[in-house]
Amino acid sequence: MAVMMTSLFLLSCGSNPSAKTGNLQETKAEEDLITVGFSQIGAESDWRLACTESVESAFTTENGFNLIFDDGQQKQENQLKAIREFIDMDVDYIILDPITEEGWDSALQEAKEAGIPVIIVDRQISVKDDSLYTAWVGADFRTEGDRAVGWLSTVLASQKGFINFVHIQGTTGATAQIGRTEALKDGIVNHNRWVLLAREDADFVQAKGREVMEDFLKRYGSRINVCYCENDNEAYGALQAISAAGYRAGQDIDQGEILVVSFDATRQGLRYTMDGSISMNMECNPLFGPKLTEVVKALNRGEAVNRITYMEEQQFVHDDALQSFRYDGNAYPLTTVTEDVLAGRKY
Amino acid sequence: MKQKESLAVRLKKWPLLLPVVCLLLVMAVNIIHDAATGVNPFSFFMITVQHTTGNGNILYGRIIDILNRGSEAAILALGMTLVVSASAGTDISVGSVMSLSASMCCMLLAGFGVTSVSTDLKMPIFVGVLAGLAIGMLCGAFNGFLVAYLKIQPMVATLILYSAARAIGLLLCNNMIVYVRNDAYAFFGSFLGPIPTPIIITIICIVILSLVLKKTALEMYVQSVGINAKASRIAGLNSTVIIFLAYLLCGLFAGIAGIVSSSRITSADSNNIGLYMEMDAILAVALGGNSLGGGKFNLAGSVIGAYTIQAITTTLYALGVSTDQAPVFKAIIVILIVAIQAPPVKTWMKKRQSKRVEVKEAVA
Repeated sequence: MAVMMTSLFLLSCGSNPSAKTGNLQETKAEEDLITVGFSQIGAESDWRLACTESVESAFTTENGFNLIFDDGQQKQENQLKAIREFIDMDVDYIILDPITEEGWDSALQEAKEAGIPVIIVDRQISVKDDSLYTAWVGADFRTEGDRAVGWLSTVLASQKGFINFVHIQGTTGATAQIGRTEALKDGIVNHNRWVLLAREDADFVQAKGREVMEDFLKRYGSRINVCYCENDNEAYGALQAISAAGYRAGQDIDQGEILVVSFDATRQGLRYTMDGSISMNMECNPLFGPKLTEVVKALNRGEAVNRITYMEEQQFVHDDALQSFRYDGNAYPLTTVTEDVLAGRKY
Repeated sequence: MKQKESLAVRLKKWPLLLPVVCLLLVMAVNIIHDAATGVNPFSFFMITVQHTTGNGNILYGRIIDILNRGSEAAILALGMTLVVSASAGTDISVGSVMSLSASMCCMLLAGFGVTSVSTDLKMPIFVGVLAGLAIGMLCGAFNGFLVAYLKIQPMVATLILYSAARAIGLLLCNNMIVYVRNDAYAFFGSFLGPIPTPIIITIICIVILSLVLKKTALEMYVQSVGINAKASRIAGLNSTVIIFLAYLLCGLFAGIAGIVSSSRITSADSNNIGLYMEMDAILAVALGGNSLGGGKFNLAGSVIGAYTIQAITTTLYALGVSTDQAPVFKAIIVILIVAIQAPPVKTWMKKRQSKRVEVKEAVA
């Protein structure tokens, strides 16, 4: 039955009229412009839209580019099709924001044979032959996690006694989950007084974040001091559970508040940071455009580029008690969320 | 002595015996686990009153959690039971229809293309909710038309909306999660007094459907159409209309479940609302001791089945099984429960019993 369902599903997708890709042929590559094909995952969140917009506003004609954009609408088949169309059109560079890690070998092999360099952005891919792509631009999830842990280490330093953590994980196996989880695991190991009560997967989804936190609260109740969520949606769910169970979210753990840490720093997430329910929100920056143009321009000049380029990211907090924190020898600035900060955010 | 025996016999004939025993078994696991870890063995069943700043005094406990979170599955199971009984097939579109009705409702409340609203809603909440329910019924009517009038196999007919409804919802929401951060909208997923609203909504759905089924003889009609559509038609029942009605109601219940689901998270997360819920609904019907081949059905069984599935999930949480491994354990438990209720096993048990009686008689 499952096979039948999938095959029918594929059929229905395959028969989709390629309305979106129709404009691909219309755009003509001009001689002096660098033609870049960009295959995006979709438009599922403000974060993703900000990413698309950033790339579109960086690769403009004024900057010397001819950008061909394709929306994969959450399906790998569409993205594979887009790559092949880019090859047919003989673009100069292909930028791919891959929906999954697996399954890109053959399409990228074709691009390589056609002599088109591929730049991966945001998520990572796993291919047998690493030469199938030239560079990767994205967030360093491990560093994000380390910085969140570093901030926790700073603000919790004055606490006496043990500090109990609960950990709401993202989708198991996702790059963001692995980096952010490893950082907390090491944090727990390196801090004698940090205790991990429980760890559970909530798929980066609000409803599951709420269920998981409800269960943590049933099991451990007021023993919970810190709730480490791996994205904003999970944090929304955790906050719902915290208030529904009669607890308070906030940084004052001496007064029984539960300190919530989150990642992504979306506008909604920052709103909760501003009202103090999320104490620290670690940004995950989707504005890849400028970094991508640097990479493409360098490649076009024939220069070697770094295989990995990380984005710069900020730390957002509720109050201005602390301007920065030091971790592992580096100082990191903290941004206090205000209406002005919110107004300036793109996602 | 004689009376006692007849009670035992009556209990054995009670159609809900196995579903109830299965539910109790799942709960027993919790008692054993709590006792083994040194907690009060009945902590699983304890319901306390918790004071909260947002919702006043509320009921708090694992049993409440199961009833609360199992609401969507229980509501879906109601409609699914009718569909299974009348058409001997399943409606696999309910999960996607949930997502669509949530998207419809939130899109209307927020306005098209808007991702987040809190107080300045575009229209009154009841309009949005009604529109969500209406689109659920529309989907139900579409499925019902295909199955009842065009005689398409239920699995194939509902496959269309299984894949399309979620996508339509995404279109309505402009491919984004639409947040309706409004306390009035959160009501359907929060509390009415001390009791979680989803529980109350589920009870209302069960009561109304049971009343309608009993008072209008719809129950008998549905069952007779399910047992033999041709014979029922000859007997004067319009089997086409009855099958259509079953799908229509199933769509309505999917709409209700979708609104509850969306209200819980005060947003329309089209990609995740109702994901795999059709499987839970079908499983609930099966766990309730109903035949997926249609015909006779037991609504209470399906509802118990839905809560059994939720009890398994909550138990696994309590045991600290990580969510990515939970489906494996869930599958094992479900296999056991379904196997206990399988006809060959039942016959085998009966045979053993009659043998024992024979032996007893021989000894006597």
